[in-house]
Parts: sequence; structure tokens; C-alpha cells
Amino acid sequence: MEIRIKFAKYDTMKFISHLEVMRYFQKAVRRSGLDVAYTEGFNPHQIMSFAAPLGVGQTSESEYFDIELHTAPSMEELIDRLNAVMTDGMRILAAEILPPPVPQVKRETAMALVAASSYLVMKKDGYEEELSKKELQDKFKEFITQDSIPVIKKSKKTEAEIDLVPFIFDANPEGKTTEYSGQYENGTVFYLLLSAGSVNNIKPDTVMEAFYAYLGKEYNPYAYQVHRLETYADLSLRKVSQQEIARRVKEGSMPERKLVPLLEYHKN
Amino acid sequence: MRKLALSDEILMQVEKPARYIGNEVNMVVKDPAKVDIRFCMCFPDVYEIGMSHLGIQILYDMFNKREDTYCERVYSPWMDMDKVLREKNIPLFALESQQPIKDFDFLGITLQYEMCYTNVLQILDLSQIPLKAKDRTNEHPIVIGGGPCAYNPEPLADFFDIFYIGEGETVYDQLLDAYKENKQNGGTRLQFLEKAAEIEGLYVPLFYDVTYKEDGTIASFEPNNKHAKKTIRKQVEMNLSDTFYPEKPLVPYVKAVQDRVVLEIQRGCIRGCRFCQAGMLYRPIRERDVEFLKKRAVEMIRNTGHEEISLSSLSSSDYSQLHELVYYLIETFKKEGVNISLPSLRIDAFALDVMSKVQDIKKSSLTFAPEAGSQRLRNVINKGLTEENILTGAMSAFTSGWNKVKLYFMLGLPTETEEDIEQIAVLSDKIAREYYTIPKSERNGKVSITTSTSFFVPKPFTPFQWTRMAKQEEFIAKRKLLSAKLKEQLNNKSIKYNWHDAELTMLEGVFARGDRKLCDLLVEAYNNGCIFDSWSEHFKFDMWVKSFENLGLSMDFYNHREREQEEILPWDFIDAGVTKAFLWREYTKGKEEVVTPNCRKGCAGCGAKVFHGGVCYEPRNDAGESLIQA
Ligand code: SF4
Repeated sequence: MEIRIKFAKYDTMKFISHLEVMRYFQKAVRRSGLDVAYTEGFNPHQIMSFAAPLGVGQTSESEYFDIELHTAPSMEELIDRLNAVMTDGMRILAAEILPPPVPQVKRETAMALVAASSYLVMKKDGYEEELSKKELQDKFKEFITQDSIPVIKKSKKTEAEIDLVPFIFDANPEGKTTEYSGQYENGTVFYLLLSAGSVNNIKPDTVMEAFYAYLGKEYNPYAYQVHRLETYADLSLRKVSQQEIARRVKEGSMPERKLVPLLEYHKN
Repeated sequence: MRKLALSDEILMQVEKPARYIGNEVNMVVKDPAKVDIRFCMCFPDVYEIGMSHLGIQILYDMFNKREDTYCERVYSPWMDMDKVLREKNIPLFALESQQPIKDFDFLGITLQYEMCYTNVLQILDLSQIPLKAKDRTNEHPIVIGGGPCAYNPEPLADFFDIFYIGEGETVYDQLLDAYKENKQNGGTRLQFLEKAAEIEGLYVPLFYDVTYKEDGTIASFEPNNKHAKKTIRKQVEMNLSDTFYPEKPLVPYVKAVQDRVVLEIQRGCIRGCRFCQAGMLYRPIRERDVEFLKKRAVEMIRNTGHEEISLSSLSSSDYSQLHELVYYLIETFKKEGVNISLPSLRIDAFALDVMSKVQDIKKSSLTFAPEAGSQRLRNVINKGLTEENILTGAMSAFTSGWNKVKLYFMLGLPTETEEDIEQIAVLSDKIAREYYTIPKSERNGKVSITTSTSFFVPKPFTPFQWTRMAKQEEFIAKRKLLSAKLKEQLNNKSIKYNWHDAELTMLEGVFARGDRKLCDLLVEAYNNGCIFDSWSEHFKFDMWVKSFENLGLSMDFYNHREREQEEILPWDFIDAGVTKAFLWREYTKGKEEVVTPNCRKGCAGCGAKVFHGGVCYEPRNDAGESLIQA
């Protein structure tokens, strides 16, 4: 059976790369003694797949991976057993058994479902600037209500100008810190809900860079801590292929979004 | 929230920041304020290498079992981090508490290979501890060295307060107790070192004076402090089944070079290869009980979650309970997706059966280490592996589906001739020819032979400790000769040739048999930018050459000189069990091409019997299989 697991990666674990997180969980699951399924062959590994990778330096309370088990204890026990083998800064928050696969239909991986992510972007202490907290907040409100926010989006090969506005689903300068986000004395916290996934993945840093460009300043990425709050799937896109989504985005014919946290998706 | 020594901004700008944050799985957490002794254990190379080392894990576990001691770790900061620490003047810190090492009671550095010596200076320098022991005060940690290179500690004598000669399991407790007592009594650093000097196996270099003859060899080596012993006796743990062995080894986030559980099945070796330092130093061979090993294997896999377990020893095939252990591991771990790796296994029916169960035959290769190409030279080095052994082993593997072979040889062994070198090529080719005697329809594609050579470096406490090492140009000529001979072979297209760097070998030779005069050379080279010498991209041979010139020292003195039997060797004050008389006897026999049987065949009277145990007291079974065919 397939289980979807939600975990937090915070505190000093923000310095562990995505690749290292994957290695970490292969070993952690073996330590937990769960009845996990292995691939065949001489180099067996657990059948495990992760949702949207998190950049080094960022914290999160909504990381997800799916894992295949032969038999599973109650989700409560599963969470406890995994938490018993976690290091500080890694915490299992929730787990759900996914509905059994429909014959002939390929299961949508956690990765493929990702449609949006919400973030806190917190100013770190020791990076004061001329603008007060209040001024920054006011400017941010102005910035976010513009009709268009053109930015240059660079990929490995191409550079293209895009407008950020359709991809910023929500934003405000009054983000609330959480147990896992940590907090800074200066209290400047932006909240962002951005398009995510393989088609239109917008990074919080891209929005912040645009904001600082709007202020006429250079953005210092080290001055802010990015924390992922939640990762969402879009119910309106259920069973719609990535190519189809790309096509509809181009046409501007996307249906109205129905965002749900990744763990809720299969319940709807 | 854990407080790190470095800011986010620094950590975000270096490669693999996880090297510097600690918090690994199974890391020991204690309150530094609540212990009497703070010990920082160091492996002077990059994190991924240091974290792979079993010895440190054993000591880490052992020290932390003491309630009064908190043992933490540090590894060499990589070049990018080195630069930041210097620029910002941040003192090097331990991974656990993230606190500066200069405030610790001890800094213990393991010395596993000669080419990490400049990294030792880097660690001291970045920790802001004076490089030389004589310049340290009561405020500084006691710097203690151990590991195989401590058997000739002299090139590093100035930098260490104490060297621990031998296996760490034995007298560390005594040392820590003495330290605690001295601290409580308000004793000085000197008073503590005097107490340490009285403990068996501990060497305090400051308490000895060395004088030299005009030709640079040692005239005298004498204690200058009444607490110092004339000879230092190597420490050995005789009961390996009832001693420290970590149940919960550390598991790093960054992928270590050894990303697996390591199960040390025995210590020492019965074989007596004359070039092999480990084979002489760790005598007598001592096995761990098979039930102990089974239990630990399971615990360690459960506690680490590693996907692989590797048996470790100098020659696994000599472990008496090997079959039982290996089949148990296969049986236990098959369902759990855990791989088993068995290095240093002699190729025979058992090995092939096991290998076919644990590896993909198509991808794996057979490994042989004949070390020398001709039987004559193999007799000189007492390597009991015959051409027949190799060919039969290879053939039975070929018929079971293998087609890849790796061969390891050394160039520059004592008495080596061009004929011996040519035989390396001939032997490589013979193995390929064997393969092609199998009918085409039954073969598994083409055969692939990888022949690798390293250059021979004479080591202390081996029968070759007196021998002349070849010069750089001789090594290169030997390598070229072998290259040419390999090209002449029928199957040369199936043979790939790899070789080691001759420049690095020169320095290894110097430090392996070096003396105290080299301490200043190390400082000079370090100041000239030499660091991470074992990393080819950072190795600066020209700077080393310049440093030798600046100090008026010569590599030739250390490397290219046949030493006299009477010469006082820098490590003569250490009693490693094997006697100088035995080593000289073996050197003479080697030159006469006479082999010495292994310890299970017959005792050669090496001297290790003084440790009262191990193979020296096993009943001999002359009917047992022996590879020595004199
Ligand atoms: S004393 Fe004899 S049996 Fe013991 S290690 Fe030496 S040679 Fe081997």
C-alpha cells in the first residue's frame, strides 16, 4: 500500500540538500523497522518519491513523500515510529494511506500534483535597511497591487520575460510565524502563495527580487529566510496532463483554482 | 534551536554546508558544562573521508561511555571554508557543541596516512593553538596523536604533546583519569605530561633529545626527563569480543566514502607479507567471536539504517568462522534490502558462491593482488599467491559468468628487475588468454582486465625498513617499461593500465621513514601553501621541492639510501612486538628469495608472542590449507 507522509524540515536541517534528504529517509525508514517494499535486483532500494524539492537554506513544514509498504500499522503508530528515529530538525507531521490504484491508470505522484506553495519570507536580524518595517509593508502592498510585474525568468537555456501577477495567488506583508518557521526580532514577515510545480514554478526569491527592484534596490537573498508553509494540489486540474495544463495556461483558459493541501487531495 | 558557529550567510556560500553543522544520526549530546573532560577527536581530512573511519567511531563511542567526558568531532575544513575561517578569524569548532576547540581539554588527531600531515598543521592553526607543543600553555588543549602513522611519530614530534602508540581501547581511561586528577589538584601541563609519560604506550616527544651524526643519521635518542621511558611499548587489545565497538555508529547526511556499516571481524594478519606495515604492526592476529559479530551486525544495521554492511580485515579469508558469519548475514539481511560487501576475499569456490549471491556478476569484478609479476619476486616479498592460484581462481569465475578482473601490483620492490616487470604484463595477458579458451558461445562477452600499479614505499616495522626506495625517474622508467610491455601482449586491447603518481610517492617515502628534522620542513611547506596533499588538485610538488631547498634538506637522504643494520632508526624506541632481529632476518631471507610460512602454518618467532594471546597460542593445524608453496 502507498502512504503519503508529510514532514517538517527546520532549524539547522535547512542546510541539508534535497539529495541528502532522500538518502536520509531511505535510512530512517529502515531504522524505523516499517515493513517497506524494496525494488528487485542487487541494489534494492525503497520505493519512495518526493514532492517539490526544497532549496538549501529554506525551511518547511510541508514536505511530502510517498512510500510503498507491504503492511502498515495505524498512521498514529507509523508517525511515532518514524519520529523515534528522526534527528533534531526533522519531524513527521502526518501520514495518510492513499486509495488503492485504479487498474490501468498510472498513479499521480506527489510531485505531479503540486500546483502551489505558500511561504513565509522572514527578514533576518542584522540586515537592517533605511526603510522601517511599516514602510516596507506599505511598499509591499503597493507592489503587489500592480497590474503587471514583469520579470526576466531564466532557465538553463532560455531567458524570457514573464508577468508574475497571474502566478502570485495571494500575498501580504503580515505573515504569521509558526512553531517550525522560527522567528526574528525585527518581525518583518511576508506571506506568499505562489504557483508551483513543474510548469510554472515561481520561487519566493523571484518575487522578492522584483519587490526590491520596485524599491529601486538590490535584493540580498541572505537577508531573508524562506519557509514553506503548505504545498497544494489543484482539484480543478484533476486528471489533466502537464502538457494540457501548459496549453491552457498559454490560452488563458485555466479553470478556477481549487487548492487543497497535498494530503487532502485524495479525500476530495 | 541549535546555535551554529557559523552564520547562515557563510554556510550558504560554501560547498556542502552539512559538513559543518553536526546533528548527524546517533550524534552524542551532552551538556559541556556538566563534564570534567572535553575531548575533540579529529580526522585531518575532509568530512566525507573522516566520517568513514571506523577507528574514530570506536573511540567516540568509548569516550562518551564515560560520564565525565564529552567527546566531539572535527574534520579538515575544505578549502572554501578554510578561506572563510581565516578571513573572518573564526576559531575552528567542534561539530557537536559548535564551540571552539581551543577551549577543550584534549585534541586527539588520528594519523592514517602520511599525506595528511600538512592538514594536521591546518587544524592546529585554524583552532588557534600554537603549532609547536613547547609553545603551549596551561590554557591550551593537550594535543594527542594516534593511528598507524604514530608508529613513526618523529616527523610530527614537535606538534604533539603525546602520541598514543597502539590500539586505543587500552590505556585511554588511565590517561583521562590522570588528567582529571591533575586538573583537580591544580597541576600544571608539565606535571600532567610527566604522569602521562609513565603510562604504558604513551610517548611525550618533549621528553626526549635527539642528536645527529655528520651524515644526518641519528647519533643518540635519549630521555631528558626522569618520568620518560626508554622504550614505548605498543598497546594491544587482546580480547576483541569483549571490548568497545559502537552499536550506534554515526550516520552523516553528506554521503561518506564508506556509506555502510563496517564490521571489523579480526585484527592483524597471519600472512607476513614483507612490504606490509599493517601485517607487522597488528600482530598477533586476533579474531572476534562470531556470535558477537552477528549480534553487532544486526544492531548496527537497525541503528543506522545503512543499506550495506562490509566486512573489514586485512585478509577476510583467514577468519576461521567466515562461512558461518557470511551465510548468516545473507540469510538475515536478504529480505531487508541490505547489501553485503566482502573485500579482501581470496577467490575460491566459497567466495564465488557468496559473490554470486550478493553481487551482480555482470557488473562486479574479481580482484587479485599478486603485488609482483614473477614468482621470484613474490617470494622476495613473501606474497603467497601463485600464478596457478590466480589462473584457477579466474577460470572458475569466468565459467560462472564473470568477465572483469582487477589486478594490483607494486613497482620498485627490492631486487626488482626488468624481467619481473615484464612478468606483470605477461600475467595480465595470461588471464585474458585463459578467458578466451572458453568456447565463444559460452562466454559472457569480452574480458576486461584492469592492471594497476603503485610505487613501493618502504615502511617502518617491516623487513624492508632498511631498503633503498627507487628514485622518481626510476619509477617513471619502470612504469613506461610496463606500459610498453603491456602493449606487446596478444590481448593488450583487453587490458587497461592505471598507475599512481610518482611525486606523491616521494613524499610518502620521506615522511614514512622520516625523523624530527622534518617538523620544520612541514611548517615551511604549510607556510608555502601545501595542504590537502593527498588531493591531486591541491598537491603542489614544486612547493615541496622549494621547501626542502629552503631548509637544506634532501629527499634522497630519506628515500634513496640503503640503511645499515646498525643505524639507529627514528622509530627504534618503539617496541611494536615484532623484534628488530626478526625483521632483519626476514629482510635477509627476502633477498635470498626464501619464503616464511604464515602464523597458522608455523611460528616464525616474530616477537608478538609477548602479548600473550591470539594466533601465537592457537594449536597449529598443519593439515590446513596453505598458500605458501616454497
Ligand atoms: S609469534 Fe609466531 S605466531 Fe605469533 S604473530 Fe609472531 S610469527 Fe605469528
